[in-house]
Amino acid sequence: METEFTPWASLGGGALIGLAATLLMLLHGRVFGATGILGGLFRFNDPADWAVRAALIVGMAGGPLVFWLATGVMPVTDLPISNLAVVIGGLIVGVGVSYGGGCTSGHGVCGLARGSKRSMVATATFMTTAILTVTILRHVWGA
Amino acid sequence: MRILSALLIGLVFGLGISISGMANPAKVMNFFDIFRTWDPSLACVMAGALAVNIPGHRLAFRRQAPVIEPRFQLPERKGIDRRLVLGSATFGIGWGIAGFCPGGALPVISTLDPGVLLFVAALIAGMLLARLPSSWFPSQGKS
Repeated sequence: METEFTPWASLGGGALIGLAATLLMLLHGRVFGATGILGGLFRFNDPADWAVRAALIVGMAGGPLVFWLATGVMPVTDLPISNLAVVIGGLIVGVGVSYGGGCTSGHGVCGLARGSKRSMVATATFMTTAILTVTILRHVWGA
Repeated sequence: MRILSALLIGLVFGLGISISGMANPAKVMNFFDIFRTWDPSLACVMAGALAVNIPGHRLAFRRQAPVIEPRFQLPERKGIDRRLVLGSATFGIGWGIAGFCPGGALPVISTLDPGVLLFVAALIAGMLLARLPSSWFPSQGKS
């Protein structure tokens, strides 16, 4: 199924993502990594730290509501796969980002901006296996 | 103050994700499908994010400390190890299967879409699962 190429919306949305990452480092001194923020929500040793993470996630969930106020529709979340595939994919992502120490935001947006070698390796690796996975699932297995 | 700031920063991120198309697995999977229904939008998201975040981080690190918190908290691990590469490779496989990365999925929990909620539940389960072996090997437990 084709999706429309949206260069300007994606550039603009990306710029906001970058702005959020910059603000979190400038104001709070933290990396904006969804993995780290979500993972920390399940550690309870530091209540002040927990509150900041919870606020970030509540704020993130508010983003689509602002989008809805501005456009009248919620963002599209089209998952063209079975529920079983969603669960398997979610579990694999959860294990992978935990061991890899980050995801697209932490390694891809923040790590690369800092010039971190670990993040360069991580980003190149997950981009490559994602392309291989989609190619194999759609055109080798699904063909 | 830190809570309000985190809420607003999260909101900017969530709005960016909503506008960019990163919350749409069909679109993200098409970025990885370079041989058939390629949708290059994700490259624009990364470009937009880095265009802001690279100069943003330069600016932030000119300061001795962040504005609100007493110090910058940066990842301490430096070397490229098996854990980083295998974890990132695993993440990419899950990303290819489901089309959601943690930062793409978290903001859109507010759509209450069953597929999104299922993915986030599986993501959290995977993250907690990944902690089991690390409690057996405490030297690797920090994340």
